[in-house]
Amino acid sequence: MARHASNESFFWILFSVGGMIAALFIPVHLFLFGLAFPLGWLHAPGYEQLMSLVRMPLVRIYLLLICSLPLFHWAHRFRYTLYDGLKVKHLNELIFAFCYGGATLGTVIAAWFLWSIG
Amino acid sequence: MSSVPAAKPETINTAPPYTEFHPRWYRPRVSVYWWLGEWHYLKFILRELSSVFVAVFVVETLLLLSALRGGPAAYAHFQQSMRNPLLIALNVIGLFFVVFHTITWFNLAPSATPVRLHGKRLPDAAVAAPAYIGWAVVSAFICWIVLR
Repeated sequence: MARHASNESFFWILFSVGGMIAALFIPVHLFLFGLAFPLGWLHAPGYEQLMSLVRMPLVRIYLLLICSLPLFHWAHRFRYTLYDGLKVKHLNELIFAFCYGGATLGTVIAAWFLWSIG
Repeated sequence: MSSVPAAKPETINTAPPYTEFHPRWYRPRVSVYWWLGEWHYLKFILRELSSVFVAVFVVETLLLLSALRGGPAAYAHFQQSMRNPLLIALNVIGLFFVVFHTITWFNLAPSATPVRLHGKRLPDAAVAAPAYIGWAVVSAFICWIVLR
């Protein structure tokens, strides 16, 4: 029981840190890379310009954090939305594996890309 | 909570009528669409669903990193695919949801961590305001880094 409780608080901390990072950083990133650059509202940075940023270790750590932790935030919220919203408690283990497996996979892919990006 | 009317004195000592059915717990059935009926519930579900668009953003960022890793041609191809009207529409909806997430997240902070000063609880706005200022500073800083 105690082990279960400590697991819950671990996932809850990931949820809340990821929620804070998502709240602070994602709107501006999504606005720039999802709308302003594709629609030509702002001049999109060139390949070399972005690469010179991504080569900085601090930027790589930042990119890993804004990919990984918001995914764990999603995992927590999406899990409970499926439980309560669609009332599918009987699929408990499957949903847990899908959500946290997805977040872990996303983290591994981000780390691999950032490690090998040259 | 509604109050239960007091039992009438003459009914107290009479045995409950016989029934051949086993008594059941009172469990009202809740519809799968319980959250559609009231604005508060709908807002709750929309807030939770904002996390889906958070995940979509991460996927787009991973595709950007993959393109950068692939070289200038892959990056040009990525930029071209991001102009797809369906993706633009998805990102418009996504931006609405992530801003909704930010606002609800910051407004929840005073309830999650009430700050006390000289024994008095600070008003909610005084706790939430620094988060909004931080959001503005961070957004301006990222724009400056990416656009300079």
